[in-house]
Amino acid sequence: MDLLTWTYLLVGLSFALYIGIAIWSRASSTEEFYVAGGGVSPLANGLATAADWMSAASFMSMAGQISFSGYDGSVYLMGWTGGYVLLALLLAPYLRKFGKFTVPDFVGDRYYSNKARVVAVICALFISFTYIAGQMRGVGIVFSRYLELPIEWGVVIGMAIVFFYAVLGGMKGITYTQVAQYCVLIFAYMVPAIFISIQLTGNPIPQLGLGGEIAEGVPLLDKLDGVLGDLGFGAYTSGKKSIPDLFMITLALMVGTAGLPHVIVRFFTVPKVKDARLSAGYALVFIAILYTTAPAVAAFGIYNTIQSTSEKSITDLPAWVQNWQQTNLIQIEDKNGDGKVQYLPNPNTNELRMDKDIMVLASPEIAELPNWVVGLVAAGAMAAALSTAAGLLLVISTSISRDLFKTFRPNISDKKELRIARLAAAGAVLLAGYFGINPPGFVAEVVAFAFGLAAASFFPVILLGIFSTRVNHEGAIGGMLTGLIFTISYISYFKFMSPELNTAEHWWWGISPEGIGSLGMALNFLVCFGVSWLTPPPPKKVQQLIQEIRIPKGAGQASDH
Amino acid sequence: MERYWKKNLQTLGILLFIWFIVSFGFGILWVEELNTIRIGGFKLGFWFAQQGAIYTFVVLIFIYVIRMNKLDKEFNVNED
Repeated sequence: MDLLTWTYLLVGLSFALYIGIAIWSRASSTEEFYVAGGGVSPLANGLATAADWMSAASFMSMAGQISFSGYDGSVYLMGWTGGYVLLALLLAPYLRKFGKFTVPDFVGDRYYSNKARVVAVICALFISFTYIAGQMRGVGIVFSRYLELPIEWGVVIGMAIVFFYAVLGGMKGITYTQVAQYCVLIFAYMVPAIFISIQLTGNPIPQLGLGGEIAEGVPLLDKLDGVLGDLGFGAYTSGKKSIPDLFMITLALMVGTAGLPHVIVRFFTVPKVKDARLSAGYALVFIAILYTTAPAVAAFGIYNTIQSTSEKSITDLPAWVQNWQQTNLIQIEDKNGDGKVQYLPNPNTNELRMDKDIMVLASPEIAELPNWVVGLVAAGAMAAALSTAAGLLLVISTSISRDLFKTFRPNISDKKELRIARLAAAGAVLLAGYFGINPPGFVAEVVAFAFGLAAASFFPVILLGIFSTRVNHEGAIGGMLTGLIFTISYISYFKFMSPELNTAEHWWWGISPEGIGSLGMALNFLVCFGVSWLTPPPPKKVQQLIQEIRIPKGAGQASDH
Repeated sequence: MERYWKKNLQTLGILLFIWFIVSFGFGILWVEELNTIRIGGFKLGFWFAQQGAIYTFVVLIFIYVIRMNKLDKEFNVNED
């Protein structure tokens, strides 16, 4: 069978699977819609969290990002996994014990204030919308590259699928489709990685292959350092970013991960506090499988690319280079007219330009694997984008139906609330689709936004809400707003208002916009503490609530108590 | 209950200290120094930044799970 048929077949089969699961696990109450009835096993929740968390960016772009930045790419690897330690140790078990449905629920109750709740809802909506637009775009891109459909059509089909299982199944439907999506995406990621590892280093485990030796008996990483050094790029295993910047970016990504509402809410779906701890552990295992493979894919990819293109005759390039030239992900321009490709750091003389997604998307072809593997990678990329989009969608719809509607109209019936939640989900799908088709110019920049904001807004107030009995609503609202406004201003200034000034010498203390969320978080902590000490302590009832969430005993199912 | 909470905080302190050392310490602050040590084809600092820190994170969470389950039983605050 040819490539296109295989791709249609595998992507089609995976979609049929997701829809089948959605029909089987239709939600019939708000509790099922919001938290899957609170009856998800820790293992299933771990799998679902991993799929929820790993987006189109993790699957398609991260390895390539590391390929081109070498050691500096470590910030993503450590940042996007280290957050789970914070989540498991500091947040998940206590939020599960608290036992309601959303993050704004916790903020509103712990800080006994609907104002705090509304601020939290605004943060949650802002974070989720910036994130989901990128996912929808990702779906569209996969469709256009593999299935030769226009991006718009890809987005529409993706919307239809997500609409079907998220709106129908709510959290219950999403959870079980995410379990299936994890299996699809990890299989799709590992197969090419394993084969490339065997071809290059003879070791079937890519994590070890990264430290292995290539055929000529030199360690791969040393060879790469040498090859890149000779071309003038600087060694692969050392970086260009300053230590303070690396530090702050890693911290912002870690704390941001722990503060993302669509990740936190997954821990409301397990029956017990100890299940919440355990499922965070499972989630990180499943995430780590991909995240420890990514640096191997990155190093193999850049090595193979340089070997097969640098100083090679333009008419004699391997087939995969020619294939991906058609999609413009690889661009070759013979600037000096010598008939060969020069890959150089100077943009004026460099003749080879590659999109970062190429390292994963072209990996089956680089390894000369059969066509079905290419189709599999397409299905995997789709699974990564759809699973994250669905999780975000749920946060958006829950925020609207529960945190806004139910809070101000407490008497609506369960049935009506469910209808509003579904309507909100439907509206959110349409809006996300719109942004997927007409991406606001800054889609690539919004990741920094989402993490920075999650770090600067949610993380400090949730943490202090659990570990301090003294912090009150004045402090929390002040802290969240300070963190939010500071971070938004700094990122907007350098990314949108004066992008020409976005260089290290203009940054405050050399902190890039990607890392500024860490400073926003510190400010949030300071303001939260300071204001709380100047104002009266929270009421007895709230202090009692805090004592209660600190011990696991008596965690019932998530409910409106 | 205060003793339960204190022990919990102690556990958190130790685990988060290790969390900080393997990532921010070994992976960023002292990466140059560690890179002079080699394990197979890896420079040690680079290995921590791209592999070792992640493995350690996984282990930390499972230590926490085991330790807390024990603590819950000891103080009779477990759920079953």
